This record gives sequence, C-alpha cells and structure tokens, in this order.
Amino acid sequence: MSQDSRPAPQIGPSPEGVDGQGFFLTTVEKAVGMARKNSLWPLPFATSCCGIEFMATMGSHYDLARFGSERPSFSPRQADLLMVMGTVAKKLGPVLKQVYEQMAEPRWVLAVGACASTGGIFDTYSVLQGIDKVIPVDVYVPGCPPRPEQIIDGLIKIQELVQSEHLGRRNSPEYKALLASYGIE
Amino acid sequence: MMIEPILASLQDQIVKTSNSYGMTEIEVVPSELVSVVQALMTHPDMPFTFLTDLCGIHLLEPTPRIGIVLHLHCLQTNTRLRLKCFSEKVDSPTLPSLTSLFSGANWMEREAYDFYGIQFVGHPNLCRILNEDGLTIFPMRKEYPLEDATRQDKNDSMFGR
Repeated sequence: MSQDSRPAPQIGPSPEGVDGQGFFLTTVEKAVGMARKNSLWPLPFATSCCGIEFMATMGSHYDLARFGSERPSFSPRQADLLMVMGTVAKKLGPVLKQVYEQMAEPRWVLAVGACASTGGIFDTYSVLQGIDKVIPVDVYVPGCPPRPEQIIDGLIKIQELVQSEHLGRRNSPEYKALLASYGIE
Repeated sequence: MMIEPILASLQDQIVKTSNSYGMTEIEVVPSELVSVVQALMTHPDMPFTFLTDLCGIHLLEPTPRIGIVLHLHCLQTNTRLRLKCFSEKVDSPTLPSLTSLFSGANWMEREAYDFYGIQFVGHPNLCRILNEDGLTIFPMRKEYPLEDATRQDKNDSMFGR
C-alpha cells in the first residue's frame, strides 16, 4: 500500500479573503481572530463536581486539546480563558475577582454549571449567586454538573466569540464601562 | 466511679441535671462555667480532659435563649458528659471563654461567634472563621432567613407563597 492512499489531513476553513498563486489576502482582524480562536489557554478555576467533569473533558477521552486548548494554564498571567467550574462561596468572590484581574487582555470567562452561573441549589447566605456578580461572563454552560460534551459546546461558543471579536473591542468605551460596572480597572 | 457524686459536689453551680440520648446532661450557671469545667477537668478519679465539641445553639421554646453545648469526655473511664450553658442576654449573648482550659476551644468558639454572635469573654482572637469578614448578620440565628436575601430575581408566586 502506498502512502498516497492515506486520507488527506483535514484542514479547517480559512477566513474570507482573496486566494491567489502563492499568496492569500485577508484582514488582520480575521487572521488574528483565527489564531486566537485556535490557541486559547484555559485557566481552570475548579471548586467542586463541575471541576471533576472538566478533568474528564481535559483528559484523553474527550481531549480539550483538539480545540487548541493544549495547555491549561495554572497561572492567570498566561491564560486567555477563565473557566469557573463549581460553587463559589461569597468568601471566595474576591479571590476569583483577583484571579480575573491578573489575566491580561484579551480575556474571556466561561461559567460552567448551575452554581457558577446562578448559585444553583445553594440559595443561601454564604454562596455567591452566580459569578457574574463579581466578574463579567461571556458564556454560561447549564447542567448540574454538565457532561464533558456540554463543556466542549461552551468552549466552542467561546471560540466563536473569540473569532468574531473586532480588534478595537477591548479599548471601546462600552467595554470600559462594563469593567467599571464591576469595579475593575 | 459514678458521675453523680461529682455533680452533687457542684450542685450550687448547676441549674439542672438530666439524662437524654444515653448521656448525662447538665446546665451550668453562665458565671460558673469556667470553674465547673475546671473542676470536671481536674477531678482526681474522673478527669474530663477531652473537649469533644463546642457549638452554639439558639432555642425559641419555651423562651428564646442563645447558648453553647459542650461535649466532654473522660478518657480514663470512657464517660461522656453533655454540658449546656445559656446566656442571660438574648440580644447580645455573652459567655466566658474556655480557651484558658482547652486550646481546642479557640476555633470552636470562633465558629459559635461567627454563626450565633456569642461574645466569649477572654477569647484571644474572637473574629469570624468561616464566613466572609464583611457579613453583618449571624446567619444561624433563627431570626434570619436561610435563603440569600440579596437576590432580586425570585418571584414569590413561583414558589407558592
């Protein structure tokens, strides 16, 4: 059997542009969006059972690395995506906010599971009723806990946001107003 | 060795003695708490040297009372004793600290303060231990609702009330 009978490697779609002999023209925004989308470094902030589901998502069976998230970053300074998985107590709220503040722009937040999204079943004096009380959230994943497929679905939704984000967004007055509403510099 | 004679020698400092759930239970006059525990702890024949637990309690019946429940254990005779002590003031409950006798009472008393607002006189560092520092209530007191009071998205009619 010759090597040529192997299936051709699958390559993702290229962004809109002009394809020519030996060159390809597109906008910087589209090229940057594609690069960012396929190299997200997630920071897992796992506090409970949703974190266990994330461990399965990150493992070889579901393999989050297929989507470019090869390297989970355990330092916020080198992370693009904050994945908050599990119940966040009110006492932990300032810690979560500090982790978010230490991340460099551009940064995205994925709230995984009912607790991170709304407080879940823990409607009580000690539990934060959703992490969007302290930091802005881009995508919410429902479930208690969500299956790895749902977490991957959330990550793909984040990828869509990352790809389509225009380059000026992080300097826009709207974005600054959003951060100011959370008291973040 | 029986516990009754020991308790009889302390009867002036004990409000009442009873037996429930297979354990002897005494209620102590608040001002005499430290001396009673010290007498039990240093008794020559039956020293209750181990503080198993200390927790706060808020009773509404027959009259509203806030106090603490202690579980003491004599390791030599394997005897357990439940000891209750209620503050005379419900609005600002005050009780003597047992940290001078048991170092292990330190965090337990902080927990009782955290959840019931009991002021332990003589405690070296009486501050919140589990809840956030900024909390303004003592959440396990029965005057406070369990549900989070800051939520605005809950419609009472959806919960049948």
